[in-house]
Amino acid sequence: MADHITPLNITQIEANFADIAPPMTPAEALAEANRCLYCYDAPCTRACPTHIDVPSFIKKIASGNLIGSARVIFDANPIGATCARVCPVEVLCEGACVEKTLVQRPIEIGRLQRYATDKALAEEKQIFTRGEPNGKSVGIIGSGPAGLSCAFYLARLGYEVIVYERRELAGGLDTYGMAEYKMPQSVSIKEAERVAGVGVEFRLNTEVVAGSEETLGPVDRVGIELLREWHDAIFVAAGLGETNRLNIPGEDLEGVIDALAFIEQIKGRDWKSVPLGKVAAVIGAGNTAVDAATQAKRLGAERVIMVYRRTEKDAPAYDYEMELARKDGVEFLWQATPVEILGDGRVTGIRVADAAGVVSEIACDQVIKAIGQKKMASFFAETIGVAVDEKGRVEVNDQMQTSDPKVFAGGDCANGGKEAVDASQMGKLAAMGIHYSLTGEKVAFAGAVVGD
Amino acid sequence: MADLRIDFAGIKSPNPFWLASAPPTNMGSMIERAFDAGWGGAVWKTLGEPIVNVSSRLAGLDLGASRLIGLNNIELITDRPLEVNLKEIYECKKKYPNNAVIASLMVESKREAWHEIVKKTQDTGCDGFELNFGCPHGMSERGMGSAMGQVPEYTCMVTEWVKEVSTLPVIVKLTPNVANILPPGRAAQKGGADAVSLINTINSVMGVDIDTFIPYPNVNGMAAHGGYCGTAVKPIALNMVSELARDTEFNIPISGIGGINTWRDAVEFMLLGAGSVQVCTAVMHYGYRIVEDMIDGLNSYLDEKGFSSVNDIIGSSVARVTDWGDLDLNYVVKAHVNEEHCVRCNLCYVACEDGAHQSFEFVESNGHRYPRVIEEECVGCNLCALVCPSPGAITMERRDDGSNPQSWRERTS
Repeated sequence: MADHITPLNITQIEANFADIAPPMTPAEALAEANRCLYCYDAPCTRACPTHIDVPSFIKKIASGNLIGSARVIFDANPIGATCARVCPVEVLCEGACVEKTLVQRPIEIGRLQRYATDKALAEEKQIFTRGEPNGKSVGIIGSGPAGLSCAFYLARLGYEVIVYERRELAGGLDTYGMAEYKMPQSVSIKEAERVAGVGVEFRLNTEVVAGSEETLGPVDRVGIELLREWHDAIFVAAGLGETNRLNIPGEDLEGVIDALAFIEQIKGRDWKSVPLGKVAAVIGAGNTAVDAATQAKRLGAERVIMVYRRTEKDAPAYDYEMELARKDGVEFLWQATPVEILGDGRVTGIRVADAAGVVSEIACDQVIKAIGQKKMASFFAETIGVAVDEKGRVEVNDQMQTSDPKVFAGGDCANGGKEAVDASQMGKLAAMGIHYSLTGEKVAFAGAVVGD
Repeated sequence: MADLRIDFAGIKSPNPFWLASAPPTNMGSMIERAFDAGWGGAVWKTLGEPIVNVSSRLAGLDLGASRLIGLNNIELITDRPLEVNLKEIYECKKKYPNNAVIASLMVESKREAWHEIVKKTQDTGCDGFELNFGCPHGMSERGMGSAMGQVPEYTCMVTEWVKEVSTLPVIVKLTPNVANILPPGRAAQKGGADAVSLINTINSVMGVDIDTFIPYPNVNGMAAHGGYCGTAVKPIALNMVSELARDTEFNIPISGIGGINTWRDAVEFMLLGAGSVQVCTAVMHYGYRIVEDMIDGLNSYLDEKGFSSVNDIIGSSVARVTDWGDLDLNYVVKAHVNEEHCVRCNLCYVACEDGAHQSFEFVESNGHRYPRVIEEECVGCNLCALVCPSPGAITMERRDDGSNPQSWRERTS
C-alpha cells in the first residue's frame, strides 16, 4: 500500500511496541526467584514441552548463579531465550505452577527465564562447546526452532552439522513470525549465533530442492540427493507452507495481505514502511490472527475487526491472547464467513455471510488473512520422498525418524503447527534418534524425558 | 481490654514491652519518642566510661528475599558523657513518670567504680538497674560485659557490690555465650539480683564478602566478631529462658530478650516464664511504631483467651518443658496428606525420602498425582508438615493405641 495512513508518530508506535513483558530488575528477579517453592518433580517442569528443570534454574537465580541458571535452561531448550518471551506460559509452566493454587499468583517463570538467558546472551562466552568430532555429518533443512535445537545437540555430540536455510536470516518463525512486542528479531538471531558458536555451519539463502543438482544464485538451490550424499543423516525441519487461500473473489486485490507477511514486515521496525489500512479486517481467530490484529492496531489502524466464521468460544487463540486483542481495542465479528472481498484494484470492503446465510458488507481498506498455513505434503512426498499422513504432516516415529531411515523430521512439518517450544523438543529427540541410528548409542539430553 | 500493666521485680510498667538497651535507647529524645509510640519501658543504652566506636558496625543476615533475619553488632556502650545521660534520664522520667526507665550499667570490675555509678544514677529517678554482663564484643576484651557474665563468681560478686548501695531493683543481664545458663543465673540470684534479663547477643561472624574476602562488618579491611541478635536467635533465647524458669533453685523474675518481633513472640516468652520482654532488632529494622500491634495483638489475644491480665499467662508453659527422658514413648502420631489442600509441590515427598524415613509414595487420585503417607514407615517426625507450604495439607494425626504413657526413664528403671 503506497499511502501509509497511520496517525501515530514514531515515538507513539515505538511505545506501542515496547516489550509486553518487560525485563526484570535484579531486585525483582531476586524477590520472584525466592518466592519459588522449589517443588520436587515439579509440575512446571512436567508442563514444559522441553522439560526445563524450572526449580533448578530459579534457585540459581536466587543464589546469584545466573550463568548456571542459563545453562540449565539452554541445556534443555537451546531456544530458551525465545521461549522465555513467546511461550504461552499461561497454559504451560505458569499454568501448572503450584503457587497458582496456593496464592493465585504463579511464579513469573517466563520473565525469570528471560532474566537468566538475557544475562547469558550478553556475555561473550559460550556456555556449551562442540563435542570431539566423531567423523559423522548431518544436514538439517530449516533453521527454525526444531532445526536449531537438533543442530545444537548434534554439535555437542561431535557431529559436523550444516543447516540449510532458504531465508537470509536464521531462526525461521522465531526470526520472522513473532509479534514484535513479544520479541524483537535480535533475540532469535543471537540465539542462532549461539548455535553457530557450538560449531554448526549455516548455509543461508539456500533452498533444498528435488534432484541432485546444485545451482548457485541469490538463493542457492541444492538437490536433496546431494544432501543424501554429503551427510550420514538428514533432519527436515521445514515448517509449514504458505498461508491458506480464502478462495473467494477479490483475494488478489491490492490491500489483501497474509498475516505472516504482515508480521514479517513489522520485524524490520521500519514502521512507516508497513502496509496498513485505516480499517483492517483480519480473517481468522487463531494466535497468528491476534498477533496481526493487535499489531495493526498498535501501528495506528483506526479500526481492526477480527472476522471469524464460528463463535467466540470456538476461537482457537489462547484466552489470554483474545484478552490482549480486546485490551488493544480490536473488534470482533463472530459467525461471519467471508464470501467476497470488494474493491476495484484496491480493497474497499468485505462481504460476509452470517450463520443464517444473510450477507452483509464491512467497509475496510485492508484485509489480513490468518486462516492457517498449508502443510508441505508434496515437498515431503515428492522432493524428500518420505511418507506423509492424511493431514499432510510428515510421519515420524518416537525417534523422529521418517519412513526413510536416513531422514528425520520435526517441528511444525511433523506436528502440524504447534509452539516453538514443541518444535525445540522434537529437535532434541531427533538428535538423540539420529545419534542412536548412526552409532547405536543411547543418549538422553536434559529434559528428554520427565519424571519417573 | 485486658490489663497489660506489670510489676516486674518492683518496676512498674504500663505494658510488658520494653526497649532493650541498645541503639534505639541511645538518648532521651529517642526514648521519649518511643514512649509516645507506646513502649512501656526502656533500658537505657549502657552507661559507663564513654567509649569510641568504629565505623562500620552492623551486619545483617538475609534469607532469600527476607532482609535481616539476624543482625550482628560491634557497637559498644554509650559514647556520651555520663552527666548528659543522667540529665536526660532525669528529664525523661519527669515527663513520663508512668513509664519504666531502667539504667543499664557497665564499668570496670572495681567495687568503687560500681558504687560510684550506681549512686550517681539512682538519683535520676530511674526505676531500676540492669547490669550489663552480656555484651560479647569489644567491652569483653577489656574485662567487662560477657567477661563478667561467663564467670558465675564474678557475676555474683559484682551483683553484690551493686546491691550494697542500690536502693532500686537490680536486673542482671546474662550472656548466652556459656555452656549452661543455670550457673550464671543462680549466681546472679545469689548475689542478690532482683531479676535477670536474657539473652544478650551471641558471638558471631556474620559473613564474608566473597569478592573482597573481607568479613562483615568491614572496618577498613578487617572485621571482629560481634553480637548476634534478631529473629534467628529466638529459639536459643526461649531455651535459656525456660531453662531458668523451670530450675527449682532459681526463683527471681526473668525479662525475656531475643528475636521478639511481634506480640506472638512476646506471648511465647511469657508462657515460658518471662515477666517482661525487651525488643531491639525489630525496632532497628522497622522503628518504634511496631509496638502498636504488639499491644493491640496481645490485648486481643488475652481477651480471646479469657485472661483479664497479662500476668495470668506468665509461666503457663513452664511445666510443659521437661527432659527428653521424661517424654512419653507410647505417644504416636503419623502424617496424613489432605488432598483437598495439597498443591502437589511434592516437597513432603523429597524431604521424607532424603531427609527422613522414606514414608511417602505417589498415588493417582482425582486425575492427579498426589503424595501419600505410607503409615507403616512413618515415624511421626513432623518434617513433611514443616516443609509443606499449604496450610492444612499435612496434619499429624494420633495413631497410638491409648496405652498408658511410659517414658524412657520409666522404661529403663
